[in-house]
Amino acid sequence: MAVTDDPALAPAPDPHELQEGWGEEAPGIPGFFSTVDHKRIGKRYIYTSFLFFFFAGIVALIMRIQLARPENHFLSPTTYNEFFTMHGTTMIFLFNTPVLAGFGNYFVPLMLGTRDMAFPRMNAFSYWIFLLSGAFIFAAFLLGHSPDGGWFAYTPLTTKAFSPGINMDFWGLGVVLVGISTTVGAINFIVTTFKMRAPGMTLNRMPIFVWSMLVFSFMAIFAVPAVTLAAALLELDRLFGTTFFNPTFGGSTLLYQHLFWFWGHPEVYILFVPATGMISMIIPVFARRALSGYHWVVTALVVVAFMSFGVWVHHMFATGIPPLALSFFSGVSLLITIPSGVQFFSWISTMWHGVVRFTTPMLFAIGFLLIFLLGGITGVMVAVTPFDWQATDSYFVVAHFHYVLNGAVVFPIFGALYYWLPKITGNMLSERLGKLSFWIMFIGFNVAFFPMHILGFLGMPRRIYTYPSGLGWDAINMIISVFSFVFAIGVLLTLVNFVWSNLRPHPAGPNPWGADSLEWATSSPPPEYNFAAIPVVSGRHPLWDQHPLATAVPGDDVVTPSLTPRGTMERETPFTEGLSGDPEALMHIPHETYVPFVAAVGILVLFCGLLVKAVLVGALGLLVGLVGIVWWAWKTGE
Amino acid sequence: MTRRRVVVLLVMAGMMLAGCGGNRQSPKILGGNGSESHRVSGLWWLIFGLAAFVYLVVGGFIVLAAVRGRGTPAGRRSRITDHGFIWVGGIIAPLAILMTVAAFTVNTTSALRKPSSRELRINVVGKRWWWAVEYPTLRVTTANEIHVPAGQPLEFRIDSDNVIHSFWVPQLAGKMDAIPGQHNYLRFTATKPGTYRGLCAEYCGTQHAWMEFLVVVQTPGDFGRWATREQTLSNQSPSNEQQARGQVVFESSACAGCHRIRGTQAQADLGPDLTDVGQRTTLGSVRIPNTTGNLAGWIGNSQTLKPGNLMPPQYLSASDLQAVVAYLQSLK
Repeated sequence: MAVTDDPALAPAPDPHELQEGWGEEAPGIPGFFSTVDHKRIGKRYIYTSFLFFFFAGIVALIMRIQLARPENHFLSPTTYNEFFTMHGTTMIFLFNTPVLAGFGNYFVPLMLGTRDMAFPRMNAFSYWIFLLSGAFIFAAFLLGHSPDGGWFAYTPLTTKAFSPGINMDFWGLGVVLVGISTTVGAINFIVTTFKMRAPGMTLNRMPIFVWSMLVFSFMAIFAVPAVTLAAALLELDRLFGTTFFNPTFGGSTLLYQHLFWFWGHPEVYILFVPATGMISMIIPVFARRALSGYHWVVTALVVVAFMSFGVWVHHMFATGIPPLALSFFSGVSLLITIPSGVQFFSWISTMWHGVVRFTTPMLFAIGFLLIFLLGGITGVMVAVTPFDWQATDSYFVVAHFHYVLNGAVVFPIFGALYYWLPKITGNMLSERLGKLSFWIMFIGFNVAFFPMHILGFLGMPRRIYTYPSGLGWDAINMIISVFSFVFAIGVLLTLVNFVWSNLRPHPAGPNPWGADSLEWATSSPPPEYNFAAIPVVSGRHPLWDQHPLATAVPGDDVVTPSLTPRGTMERETPFTEGLSGDPEALMHIPHETYVPFVAAVGILVLFCGLLVKAVLVGALGLLVGLVGIVWWAWKTGE
Repeated sequence: MTRRRVVVLLVMAGMMLAGCGGNRQSPKILGGNGSESHRVSGLWWLIFGLAAFVYLVVGGFIVLAAVRGRGTPAGRRSRITDHGFIWVGGIIAPLAILMTVAAFTVNTTSALRKPSSRELRINVVGKRWWWAVEYPTLRVTTANEIHVPAGQPLEFRIDSDNVIHSFWVPQLAGKMDAIPGQHNYLRFTATKPGTYRGLCAEYCGTQHAWMEFLVVVQTPGDFGRWATREQTLSNQSPSNEQQARGQVVFESSACAGCHRIRGTQAQADLGPDLTDVGQRTTLGSVRIPNTTGNLAGWIGNSQTLKPGNLMPPQYLSASDLQAVVAYLQSLK
């Protein structure tokens, strides 16, 4: 493959011609339901999950009003139980996982220098399933049958005997449904990463965020089946009277917990790994220095993925499992700190040797470091079995996992918003408002969540809708409630900032932060085809080291022309070799289609049929889903 | 002293102990009132010391790393290399600290909850939403208030015949789940007499919040007297006409459909055993103090105090209610 970085040999193509060749997407509602563009889908993922985030946040604030005073009557016990179930379920299944998938969807193809995901229609399908599963779970809330068995849905509380209503069926079926979306998305990320990198982008030149999405995907593929199985067996027990989890008939209650946490703990890292990937992108750009120990960080991500499958029993230290087994899981739970420590000191070293610019994304990154440091340390504490016997299911644990899941995942996501939204919308966000938002969030977060550690020491258990006064819990709960609203104001300021940036646009230009990775090599927002000509990469930091970026000169072969503007006009992009990133085959990017939407709706109808035990409805849904998928497979390759 | 005076004194002592609705002190996990909580407190201070040290050092590095390059064009030179940071900060130092923590963890885990001879066995069953308590060797049954002797090793067998609960007395020991289909054991020694608040720590449905209990640690002598008294309760008969009427009402109304009072016709076990309800300091799983007014109110309608609990409101005439209250209060 011949390569040139001489602009004369790679003349700028005419944008109209490119667009015409690529094909205009249908405008309006038809386009909305039929698009397969990874950027539109990624954007939708991000915006939809943020809707769920705001919902779950409002629910949390209402719970904090209830807990502000002892023996408060603001919420009934039933409503409170429904609220904390919805808060957890929404945050884990409908915000954290999909928002990261959204960033991945938007940026993985851009960072790899390609024109779309490997399976664009599957990508649309995975979004529709996510949206519909969210709607499914929310229908329960709106219909007044909200799940109330906790986001973890422990049996036997969630079995028919103790939860006779339809409430937990929404949860069980919803979880199976959202698992389909995650799995389909993960397969797409893996194939995209291995087969669609720009020429020259060997595995060890891939941006860390892509690595983190790759690790995210492998973990999801191995972890999600466990929770799908747990929820599916629960539904079999509930809908058809099987007894997998009923000890009276030889079932096992603990089996459910093992299945749930076999997914549940890797899930924490499924969320955390891409968040650290975002941090590893942001810190070097604002420290004006390459990430220290690239190989160390990649190794740490891979090691954490393996280890995270060996720690699940630390959620079950008080279930009566013998001490020897507990010690094993305790040991792995302690050791999993090491890969995080490696990442931590790689970030410190990057800043140490560089010059830090205190932009909003960087503030969120530093805030993340300080918060995650504490969350990691309390994580070590709860890995200490005897201490966990005291701490588990107390507010100490509530504090710990909010430091990890809110502090160490949501803060990076906000940093990522400030960092990457200019690429997505084309407009800069206000730095002044952004910094204000950060400081209010940072202070609100710490004053709201730190005192929860103390509540744990004072013996306050989790998931109680109210508490007696005079146990030393009153004042602390009031402080927590007040500052949860402060945190919410900080979040709201970012929303204002986003709206404002679209009303009063400050164009960002292609590379506003002076970053090194390929998503900044194209305009903001990028054209539908991402890159008129696909860049040829010769290092880990193409935009820092290659001025200008090289492109391919079309040869006589079949593949190389797809690297040039001719590929755009033919709607083609190269498939590259897994390790080296050398072009080896041609991929035709499918046009917009309704099939993924129809198949997703079919599957939703199937689940609705299961929910109300209506055989005909279920059969109809299954039929529509199957016809959709078969037709889709039929059309592939045309 | 007359019997009446003793009763008054006992009630006053009970109220002082119980405050309003159990004792009003934080159920703190740090302290030396139980063998396990004592041991875990020690372990805690060790890991807290290490944690504080790590947070200050690493946090210091973060802040310093963020500011040290300011005002320079290309950062300050440093003798610490990238690999130096990662090897020392990311691998060697945490490994050393974690090995220390792991050693203490394994050591403490294996030292705690071990069976011993001469332990007092107590069977606890998590119910929705209260605790059934049985002393198999003493042939004593009670609910929600567990009397134990100080200094003697205790073995709690923790069960559930419904959903999962978790037995937690923060001042004495860590948690043990009550899981249907398996026996779990929690073993420790309570060292200091006093009343300690226990809580359900596993979400168990509507009234998870008010599923508390009390552990009353007594001197061995006091405990012996308590146990003897409990054993004789079933031989007791009403001492006046109102109490006798109360017993009749109790046995013939819905009460007997759920509760047991040993030595009477009431032999159901859906609700707490009430054989010794007159000597308990609280009602409704430590929801409210056991006073005449509260007891009457609880029987009349407990749903206002503990919404969703499984005891339906009882529609008794005023005189019947008074009789039942008088009868129940006499059970001590």
